[in-house]
Amino acid sequence: MISRHAHAIVTPGRVVVICMIMGAVLALTMTVALVAGTADVSFSHIIGIITGSLPHDDPLRLIVLKIRLPRIILAGIAGFSLALGGVVFQAILRNPLADPFILGVSSGSAFGAVLAIFFGLGFSFGVPVCSFAGALLTIYLVMSLGAKRMGMESSTILLTGVIINAFFTAVIMFFISVSADERLHSMLFWLYGDLSRSRIGQLGFIAPIVLAVFLWLYSLSKELNIITTGDDIAAQLGVNVGAVKKTCLVLVSLLMGLVVAFSGLIGFVGLIVPHLARMALRADHRMLIPVASLGGAIFLIAADTLARTLVSPGELPVGVVTAFMGAPFFILLLRKRGGQWSRS
Amino acid sequence: MEPVLSLQNIGFCYGQQRALAGIDLRLMDGEILGIIGPNGSGKSTLLNLMGGLLTPTDGTVSLRGRPLSELSRPELARDVAMVAQENYFRFAFTALEVVLMGRYPRLKRLQFEGRKDIDAAMHALDVTQAADLADRPIHELSGGERQRVLIARALAQEPRVMLLDEPTSFLDLKFKREIFRLIAALSRDTGLTVALVSHDIDLAAMYCSRLVMLKQGAVYTTGLPGDVVTAEHIGAVYECPVLVDTNPATGRPRTSLV
Repeated sequence: MISRHAHAIVTPGRVVVICMIMGAVLALTMTVALVAGTADVSFSHIIGIITGSLPHDDPLRLIVLKIRLPRIILAGIAGFSLALGGVVFQAILRNPLADPFILGVSSGSAFGAVLAIFFGLGFSFGVPVCSFAGALLTIYLVMSLGAKRMGMESSTILLTGVIINAFFTAVIMFFISVSADERLHSMLFWLYGDLSRSRIGQLGFIAPIVLAVFLWLYSLSKELNIITTGDDIAAQLGVNVGAVKKTCLVLVSLLMGLVVAFSGLIGFVGLIVPHLARMALRADHRMLIPVASLGGAIFLIAADTLARTLVSPGELPVGVVTAFMGAPFFILLLRKRGGQWSRS
Repeated sequence: MEPVLSLQNIGFCYGQQRALAGIDLRLMDGEILGIIGPNGSGKSTLLNLMGGLLTPTDGTVSLRGRPLSELSRPELARDVAMVAQENYFRFAFTALEVVLMGRYPRLKRLQFEGRKDIDAAMHALDVTQAADLADRPIHELSGGERQRVLIARALAQEPRVMLLDEPTSFLDLKFKREIFRLIAALSRDTGLTVALVSHDIDLAAMYCSRLVMLKQGAVYTTGLPGDVVTAEHIGAVYECPVLVDTNPATGRPRTSLV
């Protein structure tokens, strides 16, 4: 007999409902983040700004719109991209612990950025371009050294990434050691994740790219599902495995280049958030990709709000906050689950 | 009778390394063909050529008279299903979700599985006696249960031909028997055509209607199990002395090392 009871599988309706819930949580997090900070902004100010009843030259209005809002949006976009990149890399490498850091893409793009800062290039143009070039260079190296064969065997790619990561980390340390004191602070701070430089103009540039990459990757989610169970079977079912993997590698590099350029190295988002999403919603990427991406946005906005309020009026690099939260979280998880990473 | 799959003068090289040469083989409707031979004799390569995962260096593979090169991958996947040897279950898909992947070649680009696909998947799980596993995470299943789910995924493709690469390696005796009985039942009840690679000569001889024995990338001999599995053939191909007698329970040949 064919059983007729409802099975726990992903349907478009379920994806929409869960994403709407995530969207509501995101809106709430953003509102809290707008209110939190050294300057005393209240909810009524926020409502005043939205309804336009607050005078245009009110300093609080400027703080909210010119400083906090761009920063919150950048944190959201960065978190969204990091989690998205994490989910996709974990799928194509069939490893729940993979993330763009492990493949060296992040350190490659950080290398580009550090080089740019070292030579005094600006944060609005020089740093992003060099950082993106660094990401592309890394992925080119990983693919030409580790993935020569079309099959792109996961362990080879992973190993190549680890080596490249180590190399670029050394190069970055070299530039930090020899750089002039006045650039050292901005270099180090940026390296650990710095969302304070965000401008509305940049956001208009990043957001459409991130959205386009997201849609493209989302359109591959069914293929990613099958690839996680084996390359041969995926090829046999009609998935163009080599093309899907290459597309994902290049798109995620683009994403990482952008994120690193505008916000520095922010670790753990690409690991924790997809992991939590898998624990709650299992493995189907048609659900996982949008939910983890939105979750990444929520997580990083929250982490950045902590980064700028914990030692107020001073500020922490947001990468320090995510690492403080991430490392213990992983140790707990590892102990509790006895090393079993994929349980539903 | 027209063969379902026919291989004409197939050769295949991995780079400079020749793996198969001069293979002529016809897979007939409803038969269970067992491919046996020692390690490195080209068994899996042959199966992958039959499934279109590899493209032959020489010769053509045709599905009901049409060369595989003229078929698109989804087109081929609607007729020929494979159960691969290497499977990864690092992520918590349920058994049903895994079986639904078999519907991929029948879905449009961004289409979600519908009622029809779920029914087909549940039917496949039913046939492999794994329906009660539908909502269980695949990585929590035992080896035998998992193999049933993977065969169900292949069945969900609604294929006419199923190719299985070592379907019972890593399984213990009970599951080995269960899987082979399942394959035999599928062939008998639904007319499914099967080709499988096996390391286990006795099991292959017991359940297959025909065997092909490979030696160093060429067909050494092919025919009924009783004609293929002889002490002389096995001695020559596996370079190992064996005693072959008849299993009194099945009437099929049985090998013992001597």
